[in-house]
Amino acid sequence: MKPIQSNEDYQKYVDEKTPNSPILKNCFNAFWVGGLICAIGQIIFEYCQIRGIDETNSYTIVSMLLIFTSAFLTTLNIFNKIGKFAGAGSLIPITGFANSIVSPAMEYKSEGYVLGVGAKMFTVAGPVLVYGISTSIIVGLIYILFNTQNLILV
Amino acid sequence: MDWFMIIKAFIIGGIICIIGQILIDKTKLTPARILVIYVTLGTILGGLGIYEYLIDFAGCGATVPLTGFGNLLAKGAISEVNSNGFIGAFTGGIKSAAGGIASAIFFGYIASLISKPKIKKQ
Repeated sequence: MKPIQSNEDYQKYVDEKTPNSPILKNCFNAFWVGGLICAIGQIIFEYCQIRGIDETNSYTIVSMLLIFTSAFLTTLNIFNKIGKFAGAGSLIPITGFANSIVSPAMEYKSEGYVLGVGAKMFTVAGPVLVYGISTSIIVGLIYILFNTQNLILV
Repeated sequence: MDWFMIIKAFIIGGIICIIGQILIDKTKLTPARILVIYVTLGTILGGLGIYEYLIDFAGCGATVPLTGFGNLLAKGAISEVNSNGFIGAFTGGIKSAAGGIASAIFFGYIASLISKPKIKKQ
């Protein structure tokens, strides 16, 4: 191998040696795992519809079942493996939200039930709730300002 | 059972996850930030009434990703404003997402009770 003399040579050397970030493979895995989770959700939803449960409640049941499954798989340490494989495929669906609550709760159990489990549960989910809820309140307030036709101001 | 709807849910849900994966690989955003972006975006799209079309098209492909959770918050706030007025903006969001939030907290707590605290191998 010829000696490295300039910065360009060095850059070339580094590019050769670092593995290509396998973005296509990551995207493919994220696609089918994420898609599969959504498809399972849709199957549960269709089943709820057949049982005559209304649409809003059906969507809630889908979320709850997926959250339960995700919590269960996290406890068995399976979800982390899926997460490593699928990346955003398991992070973006509601399963990722559940995992972000369960996994710190398990990890910080040794620090006690109040400041360990209770507090650390929300390290990732906390910001999600803060921004989600704040934005929804702003949405509600803007809606009041611009759609005043059937509004009952208390 | 509506198989066509299940396939649509698969494709749209997958595409939403691909966008997240591109954000992870191409930017330096941490997963927590991506989740926050998704929820905020979903809430805004829900507030504008755009996200509803995606749900009509793809069902759970749109509601299961975290943008759907944001949409649920926004929809709840708006419908509660319609029925209860000003106070609805504050109560509606969490009311409609209560099932998801409460079950995540409850199952998370139960999971931490039954699991053994693991020591990281490193």
